[in-house]
Amino acid sequence: MSMQSNPSGFVRTVASIGGASRLAGQALVRMVTPPLDFGETLRQLDRIGVGSLNLTNITALFTGMVLAVQSAYTLSKFGASLYIGEIVTLSLVRELGPVLTALMVGGRVGSGIAAELGSMNVTEQVDAMRSMAADPIRKLVVPRLWATLLMLPALTILADGMGIIGGLFIAVFQEGLTADFYFARVFRALQFNDLLLGLTKPAVFAFVIAIIGCYNGLNARGGADGVGRATTNTVYAASICILIADFFFTKLIIGLAP
Amino acid sequence: MTEPVIVLDRVSRAFGPKKVLAEASLKINAGEIVAILGASGSGKSVTLKMINGLILPDSGSINVLGYHVNALRDRDLAPLRRKISYLFQGGALFDSMTVFDNIAFPIREHLKMDPDQLAERVTTLLAMVQLDDVEHLAPSELSGGMRKRVAVARALALEPEIILYDEPTTGLDPVTGEAIANLILDLDRRLGVTSLVVTHDIPLVLRVADRVAFLESGQFIFDGTLEAARTSGPDTVKQFFQAGVIHA
Repeated sequence: MSMQSNPSGFVRTVASIGGASRLAGQALVRMVTPPLDFGETLRQLDRIGVGSLNLTNITALFTGMVLAVQSAYTLSKFGASLYIGEIVTLSLVRELGPVLTALMVGGRVGSGIAAELGSMNVTEQVDAMRSMAADPIRKLVVPRLWATLLMLPALTILADGMGIIGGLFIAVFQEGLTADFYFARVFRALQFNDLLLGLTKPAVFAFVIAIIGCYNGLNARGGADGVGRATTNTVYAASICILIADFFFTKLIIGLAP
Repeated sequence: MTEPVIVLDRVSRAFGPKKVLAEASLKINAGEIVAILGASGSGKSVTLKMINGLILPDSGSINVLGYHVNALRDRDLAPLRRKISYLFQGGALFDSMTVFDNIAFPIREHLKMDPDQLAERVTTLLAMVQLDDVEHLAPSELSGGMRKRVAVARALALEPEIILYDEPTTGLDPVTGEAIANLILDLDRRLGVTSLVVTHDIPLVLRVADRVAFLESGQFIFDGTLEAARTSGPDTVKQFFQAGVIHA
């Protein structure tokens, strides 16, 4: 069978990376050139941001608590359980807050974007938009991209805060530290570099999630089955890309501002 | 003789190994109602989508209202697309918008209209398809026939010169189908709109079409009047009409 009719997985992956990169370029140009569909962007800010709050906050709260329990267990062997605040804070702000929030949002929002745009595509709504001389990238992709870019850093900041509060519960009620002491260690631990890393990562992850969701949605073919595949592929690709981007981005930032 | 407004010249298009169109040629004159017939999967909808540049041909050329469609990018096709409306088979209404916003979409996109004027225009368009008091409803709250009529209202919003109808009466009851047929005729007679109708509905063809183009094996094997199609056309075309009338 010819390659055109049944391309291998490798060829499909390369084609998808090329297609998503092209979409990213086209979307970036439209993001910074008017007009912006404010109504749709506001709707997406609500769906993507407010709609994800419970998921990301509960995840972060319990992650903070688990981190504190694990740290306390390990540190107590060396009589160093006073350092719970530093360990919880640095782990959350530098790494777990951005990555876990992005993975949660990638699952919820990325798949939602892929399902919505995929369903629009297979029912010819995207073609209808083009046939009315409206630009689907400007009308559909740009509002979702802006909304994810604005909301993921905000969700990450809240998640960091919730995780630190989770750590506080364990520090106070299990380890017997005072809240003042815990927070003093938290704020002493945080450096500019940590905040830089913790707040720039979500922006990169947001871009990855929104573009993968939009690309898979706009390329969904073949009815409900195609929409299902687009959704699954988005969660799969977004999760892997977040973890790979996390490694390289962390290396880059640490290299630039050690 | 009127100038052709749509010219397909030796247009070919394949999807993977399947050749859908193979050097197909067709000319449509201004103000004509032409029915495109053919078996399922013969490339009728692909032909419609090529006319407004939604699908590009592999070879050949497509000229519509003086625009060389297959040489233009999406962005450059915008002025042409304002003059052509496309009625999609399932309506393709935007699920996330109300009926009002659906019909207002192309107007907001291309014209500057104050809210009162816009509301009046939407009401007028809905009246043309015999609907009222549905502006606030979501597409999911409409019946199949109502969805199609709202889609027709949206297609008329920018007062197009050409309307491409993809299966306009499929899934409709006979009364709504008749209303759509009347609308196609009315738009042609009153506003001189050129119409291309892809359909399997032979009674609709007999009612509205000036001319029939029959697509088979990637080419238009017949292009002529209704009378010629029924009497002196190729056997497949004659059979199509006979079967269509019997099943109607």
